[in-house]
Amino acid sequence: MSKAWDGAKLAEAIHKSIPDVVVDANGTDIWIEPDSVLEVMRLLRDDAEFQFQLLSSVTAVDYISYFEIVYHLTSLTRNATAVIKSKTGFGRDEARIPSVVDIWRGADLQEREVWDLMGIIFEGHPNHKRIMLWEGFPGHPLRKDLATYEQSIVPEAERRVPSGVANEVEEGQG
Amino acid sequence: MTTQVRTEPITVNLGPQHPSTHGVFRMRVTFDGEEIIDVEPIFGYLHRGSEKLAEERTYVQVVTLTDRMDYVGSMLNNQAYMLAVEKLAGVEPAPRGVWLRMIASELQRIASHLVAVGFLIQDLGAWGTPLIYTMREREKILDLFEMLCGARITNSYLRPGGVFMDAPEEFWPAMNEVLDELPPRIDDLDDLLTDNDIIFSRTKGVSILTPEQMIDASITGPMLRAAGVDWDLRHRDPYDYYDQVKFDRPLHTAGDNFARYWVRVQEMRESIKIIRQCEQLIEPGPIRPEHDDVPWLLRPPVGDAYAAIEHSKGELGFYLVSDGSISPYRCHVRAPSLINLTLLRDMLVGELLADMFVSFGSVDINMGEVDR
Repeated sequence: MSKAWDGAKLAEAIHKSIPDVVVDANGTDIWIEPDSVLEVMRLLRDDAEFQFQLLSSVTAVDYISYFEIVYHLTSLTRNATAVIKSKTGFGRDEARIPSVVDIWRGADLQEREVWDLMGIIFEGHPNHKRIMLWEGFPGHPLRKDLATYEQSIVPEAERRVPSGVANEVEEGQG
Repeated sequence: MTTQVRTEPITVNLGPQHPSTHGVFRMRVTFDGEEIIDVEPIFGYLHRGSEKLAEERTYVQVVTLTDRMDYVGSMLNNQAYMLAVEKLAGVEPAPRGVWLRMIASELQRIASHLVAVGFLIQDLGAWGTPLIYTMREREKILDLFEMLCGARITNSYLRPGGVFMDAPEEFWPAMNEVLDELPPRIDDLDDLLTDNDIIFSRTKGVSILTPEQMIDASITGPMLRAAGVDWDLRHRDPYDYYDQVKFDRPLHTAGDNFARYWVRVQEMRESIKIIRQCEQLIEPGPIRPEHDDVPWLLRPPVGDAYAAIEHSKGELGFYLVSDGSISPYRCHVRAPSLINLTLLRDMLVGELLADMFVSFGSVDINMGEVDR
């Protein structure tokens, strides 16, 4: 069985090398400052205690008041996993986080996907382009404030016919 | 005296409608003569927004979306999703249901590898015969799925805590017949292809990837095992009852197209072993927990969960976030097909035009999963 790092222990272990970057720890997850992502991830990959050679997954969740970036790390040599999270984009500001492509190339396509669908800017990504949707697509569809197709239908009571069209209809009917 | 002919680089668009791209994949490839000097993959032609659609469906309804991600590995997708739901909702699965889904997913792994091998050989130019051989065997497995759940490709067989229908009486003899027939057919495939000089010389030493490169690029599954890294989640992090069955993990150290082909053929034999053991260990009992314990309208507590399985293509993970309502707040898929394409450029640059689709086919991707 692979071992999932306990949040509190992981936070303590990181604190020994890089003090005061872990904001919170809970169960199996830790939260770190977005600015310290590169520093912490380098430590997690290179330090003998962690050895997280493989980045399993990068994703983001829209919690409306902020965005949460979630990294799932795997250590092949130690057969261990860890979950690192980081909050960014408070108050629906421009959400930014440093790109980890320099540390794990596996982040390349995954970060592009997060940018495309969730609108998180990954600073320093070598090919920061949309991946699933075309350039010029309005908005980022996985955000919670995206208007769905049903929502974009105007209710009967709120319908306003543009003046020019209304005149034509009336003339036609008359 | 030799004369050097200088050629202008030429950029060609391959796909999205191209018979060798395994779906709607597009590459912008720059050639210098016959040599590839640049590759830019372009995705998104099959993007259906599955992750967004999942946010408006109940936990059981999302199963149908997972079928349509990797449509040659539906049972495996179901399994990964169900493990994530069970982890999120704290559901204790029913043992018979778990054995049934292990059997289903191992059958699916064989079917998926048969597709991968068949199309890889077709990409090599062996048009028709090997593909029909593999498809014939896959067809038998699909018939078994039809017995299990009434569907062949988009199964939606699994439910939180188990499966929705027990296997009928006639399933077991039919499955044994298929399992008896399969090993000699795989031997046939070995005789026909593995020891074939043409295939050997065309695939050996082409598109080599080192283990370090692949681990750095998050590549998992048969690709990684073809470079000698013993990393199989069924063995390293056993989910379901994989800790109760014995199986071998075929490894090859070359990391080239041939190794990737070879590992898949050998893995089929191991899957047969696993199914045989499951058949011995399965016992009568409920196929899913009682309705009162696990209702169709599942409301998992607030929180998140990530569960990963060893899919036929690599690590398939589902990351689910619940806000306590009847549908997932967020459903992210860690798609092995997409992530295994990270090194496509490294694999192809410096190779020849004729080997391009072979290397691409050896990654074994499925566009339904790449674009979701």
